[in-house]
Amino acid sequence: MDTTTLERFSLNGSEDVVRVRLAVRTWMRANGFTLLQQTKMVTATSEMTRNCVTHGGGGSAELQQLRDGERLGLRLRVADQGPGIADLPLALQGGHSTTGCLGLGLSGSKQLVDDFEITAEPGKGTQVHITQWR
Amino acid sequence: MPTTPQQSIDQIFTHHEPAILEGWMCEQVAALTSRQDLMSTAALRTQSQAFLALFTLACRDGGLVDITGTPWAPVLDFLADLSSQRAKLGFTPSETATFVFSLKQPVFARVREELGADVGTLVDDLWGMNVLLDKLGLYTMELYLKSRETVIKHQQLDMLELSTPVLNLWQDILAVPLIGTLDSSRMQAVMENLLGAIAKQGSPIAIVDITGVSAVDTEVAQHLLKTAAAARLMGAQCIISGISAPIAQTMVALGVPFGSVDTRATLADALAQAFAQTHRQVVVMEPQAY
Ligand SMILES: Nc1ncnc2c1ncn2[C@@H]1O[C@H](COP(=O)(O)OP(=O)(O)OP(=O)(O)O)[C@@H](O)[C@H]1O
Ligand SMILES: [Mg+2]
Repeated sequence: MDTTTLERFSLNGSEDVVRVRLAVRTWMRANGFTLLQQTKMVTATSEMTRNCVTHGGGGSAELQQLRDGERLGLRLRVADQGPGIADLPLALQGGHSTTGCLGLGLSGSKQLVDDFEITAEPGKGTQVHITQWR
Repeated sequence: MPTTPQQSIDQIFTHHEPAILEGWMCEQVAALTSRQDLMSTAALRTQSQAFLALFTLACRDGGLVDITGTPWAPVLDFLADLSSQRAKLGFTPSETATFVFSLKQPVFARVREELGADVGTLVDDLWGMNVLLDKLGLYTMELYLKSRETVIKHQQLDMLELSTPVLNLWQDILAVPLIGTLDSSRMQAVMENLLGAIAKQGSPIAIVDITGVSAVDTEVAQHLLKTAAAARLMGAQCIISGISAPIAQTMVALGVPFGSVDTRATLADALAQAFAQTHRQVVVMEPQAY
């Protein structure tokens, strides 16, 4: 599989969330993803980058183009050096928020994209990869 | 044969390039410790080496005073690329300018070594003054950029106000059309405007139309749910319309509990519902014979 870096972002505030979201939308539209695929990936992007900013104290993101034979995919990697997540299974279960929100960002995004990976060991920050294939 | 300053300077670059590069790398890495997430040391080294090569050539062919001449063009192009690249990566203006300014330290160190101990203190003093003026220069530029950002932020706030008008769609029926990218502050503004209008006019029905919204995430969804709940507490009913098929599917996958809220596919559907609830009927007239 071929992986090419498309763009890198630093994530510090809600403007950055909007910036990454726009880049995801623009690239997917230009590369023939369906409106549903775009909407799902943009929404998951919004969730992961906002978590990075609000829970992880900011961090960075990278967009990658994936090519696997005929298949074209977009991967977003988001990483922060924040506190990590103490009870990851609980956070992934949905409906549990430490900030009084809906607590559906992680559980929901997992449903939205084709591939979802997270590592969030306490003290080692949080790393999330989400991928959508065309 | 006496050497002009220009000759000795570009000789320093030609003869000591590896040492200068090392010194420069140390300075940059020290200044950018917090930015290693944005750019690797290896990439920085490649970039620095490329710059030094161009810079040495320009010093030799173009002299040290006028940087608008042709020999300096490659250097200026290189810096233009570098600053737009760093802006995209999220470097601050000062961190970006560090690239050039930090080259002075290793150059001065070289000059000092070449000239020997007798002028050493003079070089030290000059260096101190130099650093001071650089800092002041950078500070001024940061402030300048900040004030420009403030202007832009103000303009954005104005847009916020402008872009969330509450419309009187019909007697007793309010509507807010939402367009574009919704963030938390815009949603907050919408909610306040709408609840304010409900309180002022005692309207029983408010329609929030999201036809023009590109994506609804949990943050926006929560604001919509809260707006609906607050309207309900004030005795009004909130209808959310314009939920496109992809957004509806996304909401279901996210698991957003929209079950408690009135939703309609189109603004027309929402209006029909609002008419029905305010005991109004839309009648299609027979065509008149003229
Ligand atoms: N990058 C992160 N760093 C630290 N903690 C995180 C991170 N991302 C998520 N969490 C933790 O996991 C919980 C669940 O995250 P999730 O995104 O599902 O919900 P939320 O952000 O609280 O609310 P929302 O529904 O608005 O997204 C968060 O409340 C937070 O405690
Ligand atoms: Mg979240």
